[in-house]
Amino acid sequence: MTIAAAAPTAANTAARFSPRWLADQLQRYILHIVVIGLTVAWVVPTLGLLVSSIRPFSAQATSGWWTFFSNPTTFTLSNYTDVLSQSNLGQAFFNSFMIAVPATVLPVTIGAFAAYAFSWMRFPARNAIFLALVGLLAVPLQLTFIPILTFYVQNLHWTTDNLTATGIPGLPWVPLWLAHAGYGLPFSIYLLANFFRALPSDLFESAEIDGAGTLTVFFRIVMPLSVPAIASLVIFQFLWVWNDLLVALIYVGGAPEVAPLTVNLANLTNSLGQGSNLLTSAAFFSMIVPLIVFLSLQRYFVRGILAGSVKG
Amino acid sequence: MASVTYDHVVKRYTADVTVVKDFNVEIKDKEFMVLVGPSGCGKSTALRMLAGLESITEGQIRIGDRVVNNVAAKDRDIAMVFQSYALYPHMSVYDNMAFPLQMQHMPKVDIDKRVKNASRILGLDNFLKRKPRALSGGQRQRVALGRAIVRSPKVFLLDEPLSNLDAKLRGQTRIELQKLHRDLETTFIYVTHDQVEAMTMGDRIAIMNAGILQQVGSPGDIYDHPANLFVAGFIGSPTMNFVPVTTSDSSAKASGFEVKLPKSVPAGKGTLGFRPETVTDRISDQSGTLQMKVDVVERLGSDQFLYGQVGSDSVTARVDPKMKVEPGDSVRLGLDTRTLHLFDAETELALI
Repeated sequence: MTIAAAAPTAANTAARFSPRWLADQLQRYILHIVVIGLTVAWVVPTLGLLVSSIRPFSAQATSGWWTFFSNPTTFTLSNYTDVLSQSNLGQAFFNSFMIAVPATVLPVTIGAFAAYAFSWMRFPARNAIFLALVGLLAVPLQLTFIPILTFYVQNLHWTTDNLTATGIPGLPWVPLWLAHAGYGLPFSIYLLANFFRALPSDLFESAEIDGAGTLTVFFRIVMPLSVPAIASLVIFQFLWVWNDLLVALIYVGGAPEVAPLTVNLANLTNSLGQGSNLLTSAAFFSMIVPLIVFLSLQRYFVRGILAGSVKG
Repeated sequence: MASVTYDHVVKRYTADVTVVKDFNVEIKDKEFMVLVGPSGCGKSTALRMLAGLESITEGQIRIGDRVVNNVAAKDRDIAMVFQSYALYPHMSVYDNMAFPLQMQHMPKVDIDKRVKNASRILGLDNFLKRKPRALSGGQRQRVALGRAIVRSPKVFLLDEPLSNLDAKLRGQTRIELQKLHRDLETTFIYVTHDQVEAMTMGDRIAIMNAGILQQVGSPGDIYDHPANLFVAGFIGSPTMNFVPVTTSDSSAKASGFEVKLPKSVPAGKGTLGFRPETVTDRISDQSGTLQMKVDVVERLGSDQFLYGQVGSDSVTARVDPKMKVEPGDSVRLGLDTRTLHLFDAETELALI
């Protein structure tokens, strides 16, 4: 015992399986356990969807997806080939892009400018306006459909038919872009303003003395330092718009020339559930883009981007 | 190259929060002026008003002959080094230094020349491509200096530039800064709370307390002739001994000793001040004597400080390092009466 206590490693061995050791181990692994648990909870349904998409309709209708593993001979790609041939997938894909890209760029850009003003410029009622904006986060967007649509249609005559009739490409989506921008702005501003506010004030004062104007400070100092915040905001907003069905359906309707992928997918199945087998494969098609967006922006989540700026 | 004048400058945030009160200083061309004082005394605010980062409530600040109250920071022809360095973390060392010149739309060739020159002076040649995060504290500090140098400003403002460095580097940088001041031949205004920095670097020192300028003078002048009790206590380490005394004509009586004053003062109460180095183990004809009960002995190698009681007053003495003293001993020490200070009990102003 005395020998064991002399060497630190031996002392650890001696304490193994004591209640204290157990608590330490538990604490160390509890984070891992939680993360793994969450991952499993998220991955299993996705896996189920994937497995279902490679099973024939008859099998899908009669047994659960997990039975596939005991009888893998039912494998088929017909769901994928059907969805590609039956639906207007290519057009819908294109429409989704045409909707999602401007509907992401608009609120993020405007939000960044506004957030800079809210965090680093002085103007009357700044805090009151900011609070009102944060309050908008709590407004359910369904409430806005009727007043905005009324305004679009009655005052501006912006119906999808009217806008399509002008022949200008992209114009039918303008109402939707503006709507998405409006819905996204409160969160954009809130998130970015909080991030900008945390930048060290010395940087701004130093830039001021160096002779940089407001725009220069914004583009050459604030923007480069805010890449992680902007990247996460872009992901949020893009995914929200990409996955949105309701807002798109309300503002542009279901015409195949303008409707996004989500509307197209919803139309695959009828109210009796026919064609629901196609949904599984179509869902995988629609997942490709969000995955690409996420993976390509992920590298901008740099920790410690401010390192070396202030303090030794 | 220019002088700087603070003319009755006041900084008030609200009606009853005044951080700088009637501040008057004239800083000569090419002078190294140190603003020193405890934290919250208004020294940084005074500097920031000169930099153009704070508005001036009352009075005038002039750079050369030009009143700069309403001149934008970038047009004041000053450069500032921040305590935090405030480097742009996403730019290389080169770009950090080039940034102020790019803002002036200077041709690329000239920018390159100036940045290279500054990096040579500061020994940053090998780090030009690095980002600030890949630099040590001392190197970052030099980049911040470089960013100021490239502009060749009329006035350099330094806001506690050494306080984020470790003690050894601080000592080195102190010397480098003095060299730099000599080489650049520019007005330097340096804010610090560290009286050692003030004493060692300043041509002149301005001491502030609670928003009020206490005294301006050369380090030696301030050390030898502090204008009031605050200055006497702030400058010098260990701090000056302060002992309440009753004066009558030309002698002062404390609880544990009595000394002859170098000149006669009106009878009354006052505070006698004398620096630790005037209390020694050498007793001569001119010196008074005191009997000290030693509480703490500090041996620094080159010096030996004794902390103890004389009568009912605490006194610090600096004695020969070879003197053998232990805590609890009672020793007889000499007090050199030639450099005594006497402060008025009420106004705290120096009488001697």
